[in-house]
Amino acid sequence: MDLDLFWSSLGPLLLGAIQGTIPVALTSFALGLLLALLIAVMRISSNKLANGVGRVYISIIRGTPLLVQLFVIFYGLPAVGVKIDPWPSAIIAFSLNVGGYAAEIIRAAILSVPRGQWEAGHMIGMSRNQTLLRIILPQAARVSVPPLSNTFISLVKDTSLASLILVTEMFRVAQQVAAFSQEFMLLYLEAALIYWVICLILSTAQTRVEKRLDRYVAH
Amino acid sequence: MLPTEPVLQVRGLSKSFGSNQVLRGIDLDVPRGKVVALIGPSGSGKTTILRSLNGLEMPDAGSVTVGAREAAADPGKGTGDALTVDFAEAGMSKKARAHEVAALRDRSAMVFQHYNLFPHMTVLQNVIEGPVQVQKRPRAEAVAEAEALLARVGLSEKRDAYPFELSGGQQQRVGIVRALALKPQLLLFDEPTSALDPELVDDVLAVIKELADEGWTMVIVTHELAFARQTADEVVFMDGGVVVERGPAVQVLREPKEERTRAFVRRLLHEI
Repeated sequence: MDLDLFWSSLGPLLLGAIQGTIPVALTSFALGLLLALLIAVMRISSNKLANGVGRVYISIIRGTPLLVQLFVIFYGLPAVGVKIDPWPSAIIAFSLNVGGYAAEIIRAAILSVPRGQWEAGHMIGMSRNQTLLRIILPQAARVSVPPLSNTFISLVKDTSLASLILVTEMFRVAQQVAAFSQEFMLLYLEAALIYWVICLILSTAQTRVEKRLDRYVAH
Repeated sequence: MLPTEPVLQVRGLSKSFGSNQVLRGIDLDVPRGKVVALIGPSGSGKTTILRSLNGLEMPDAGSVTVGAREAAADPGKGTGDALTVDFAEAGMSKKARAHEVAALRDRSAMVFQHYNLFPHMTVLQNVIEGPVQVQKRPRAEAVAEAEALLARVGLSEKRDAYPFELSGGQQQRVGIVRALALKPQLLLFDEPTSALDPELVDDVLAVIKELADEGWTMVIVTHELAFARQTADEVVFMDGGVVVERGPAVQVLREPKEERTRAFVRRLLHEI
């Protein structure tokens, strides 16, 4: 293996991670969580229409490949006159995807909070929304951190798919350097190594967040 | 103001869960400053009454009236008129009904069997949540009141503790303080000591007794007959969704007229 190439390509790869992989993942995760919260609330509502829309949405997102979703948005939509640039296409696709998966996580977490907590919220005079925001979601957050971290880690790796719609994130940089130098093994392993390091950092962050949210439970 | 002005008036309250009719036309009057104890076997409907008063259960028929607020007792919240919710009233939208029930709920506060404290909040935060977030009272004022109430029940030093750090008896005392902080007209206790270890029961009962002596209007669902006898002005014995017998505490518990009451009281006393 060509160690010089490893070191000289490390800069561009990290730049790809910092300018592509990480911002795409962070933005999509944030937007996806908001969407997921909305869908989770629809799913637990007694309104049949809201409930049905949420159910169908989740079913479509989970029932179709992420790559297909990405291609429909970037290559498919122009056919009906909607042309979206690579970056926003990637962010839209990833956000919609995270929204579908995280909605079920958040819904389950909300349902895991004992009913007595809703009743205590109502007892002190809170509306349903107030109880949800101030009483239920903070408790649901603790339960949902491990599965949401999983979703986030998957998302970081899935952003490599954006290379197929011309987003210059880390994996696309790796592909370009590999094609130029013909050192495929080296470049792809190097990319894998960087993904792994990013995910290690995320796992550590997850542990910290869990510890912080655990401060009010018995150990 | 008449001393006997009812704070709570319940008429014909009925409720079914599926085919199981748990309340069959309950009437109940609680005059201001009086304490009513609801006793009876489990499944007799006593908890359902309490939950209906706080809007946690929606009765099928009957009405609940909670009286006007005493102006002098709480200048901050105004008086307002007596509020009646008629559950049988037809043609009312779900939203309007929910609104009505919320107004009813604002006049009472409940202490739960399993405390239901907010685990992610400290003791102080639990107590001021309602006053600050719902009643929109100034935070400093709510904190000062909460601290005074916590001192009363001997929990000043637990102000910044989380519920999991407290014993059951301490948690329930916080539950009582949380209810008091709402400045309700009516205090509702749902088996407040049934989840407690026996040695912790007395502390909680002492606090409730003190509140009764202070003149709070209360409805208490309880299995503690000795406590009911000492604290309640009236005891209501329920079975199968109806009131079987009611009267002064000593009479109902010492010389019950009805055979069903007698059997129930005897059974509970034998357990002791």
